[in-house]
Amino acid sequence: MADAVEVEQGCLARVRQHFRQELDGLRNAGLFKEERFIHAPQAADIEVEFPAGATPRQVINLCANNYLGLSSHPEVVAAAHAGLEARGYGMSSVRFICGTQDIHRELEQRLTAFLGTEDTLLFPSCMDANAGVFEALLGEQDVMIADRLVHASIVDGMRLSKAMQDTFKHSDMAHLEEKLQEHQDKRFRLIITDGVFSMDGDLARLDDIVALAERYGAMVFVDDSHATGFIGKTGRGTHEQKGVFGKIDIITTTLGKALGGASGGCVSGRAELVEMCRQRARPYLFSNSVPPVIVAGALKVLELISRTTERRDALEENTRCWRRLLTEAGFDIKAGESPIVPVMLYHAKLAQDVARDLFAEGIYVVGFFFPVVPKGQARIRTQLSAAHQKAHLDRAIEAFVKVGRKHDILNKSKKAITERYGL
Amino acid sequence: MDELRRVILDYVVKEYLEEGDDREVVVDTPLITGGIVDSFSMVSLKRFLEKKYTIQIPDAEATPTAFDSVERIASLVERIRGARAGA
Repeated sequence: MADAVEVEQGCLARVRQHFRQELDGLRNAGLFKEERFIHAPQAADIEVEFPAGATPRQVINLCANNYLGLSSHPEVVAAAHAGLEARGYGMSSVRFICGTQDIHRELEQRLTAFLGTEDTLLFPSCMDANAGVFEALLGEQDVMIADRLVHASIVDGMRLSKAMQDTFKHSDMAHLEEKLQEHQDKRFRLIITDGVFSMDGDLARLDDIVALAERYGAMVFVDDSHATGFIGKTGRGTHEQKGVFGKIDIITTTLGKALGGASGGCVSGRAELVEMCRQRARPYLFSNSVPPVIVAGALKVLELISRTTERRDALEENTRCWRRLLTEAGFDIKAGESPIVPVMLYHAKLAQDVARDLFAEGIYVVGFFFPVVPKGQARIRTQLSAAHQKAHLDRAIEAFVKVGRKHDILNKSKKAITERYGL
Repeated sequence: MDELRRVILDYVVKEYLEEGDDREVVVDTPLITGGIVDSFSMVSLKRFLEKKYTIQIPDAEATPTAFDSVERIASLVERIRGARAGA
């Protein structure tokens, strides 16, 4: 018995040592992620404790996916409270056993109408939707052709499918066409793209993609998580913006960003494809239903954004204003029209240093660098919200200019920045 | 540079460099660790080699390390072709 305990302790000691070394490696490489503790509801102004143990301080939040400012909206919170009272806290079941309430189906129908599809199936998250959809629908005779910058959850989902994987250069339609020609012998071809790319903020060329799909007999899949609720004149998403509403075969999206920001996602699209996901998608089959409180909140969100485009219009105006302020101040930003506005710094440590100095100035942003973005493409990703007021953006640009001057990056080209800081 | 390395190098440049990317790629340029090819898009390179040279590259050998330069890829192809010829 004593020997068994010693062996177990020896094993645990080796495991601990192995992972301590791995963690030290992450710290030494500057890749260690630290959480910041927020002492308030999600909003444009939040109180943040960072580093852990520090006195919380008031900062302007420029890094949330709270695009429509609905995460803590009083009507959404009230609807969630009412849902909690009416339908309880949890379902204690997966959907197909005893986890489907009337409001789950109601939300699916409301999402179907909003997205302009034929049917919708809720998942615990969009990560789960992406993890389940390809494996459920495609087999060895099929091919998935993905834009190289799609979200990590799509990459993971594709790896779970038996279908052949291929990729095309980011938004390169000639390359996509080559791939479609190459795979004409497959049973089904599925073109896979984000609607709005999360790191660059650019929009997929869905009009061109749909045209190619029609020419070469392919289906189109779009993850519209960074678009649903605000991209397009009535906020339906990238397919509305690009004039191909109703022509996308499969849309996945999230309730965890603009649509209230809690959690939950869905697969929406052609009725037979959605039904097959209901039968076969493993994250749907083997994980709990979206909690009633979130379903009730999401129903209210859809009601609010279907009633008026006020919030997406305010977000569009904030986006235009913030892009103009950054450009006039001399920052190098990725051009585009989405509320994801990357400020390019190229060098990983510079991105971290600028984010840290901005936090000291009361602006909450995060630096992104390899492997989250390609090497030599480090940046700070700023994200706008309808909850931002002009005063927030004025204060933020003041801080950006101050920190930009400190690091001498204003009105500097990529070449000048990389010559000084390296890649 | 021999024919094998030339073919692989040409494929890498055409398949992976974006328009306007003026990075010079030579036979020992790090492809995976250098951020030119990622493990997600690497599959098309493996499939190209298998089709072009009528070989099977076992998944266990198609590692990011083995695919990290044109030179390493060429060595892998040579080894697999050599083993087949010797079998």
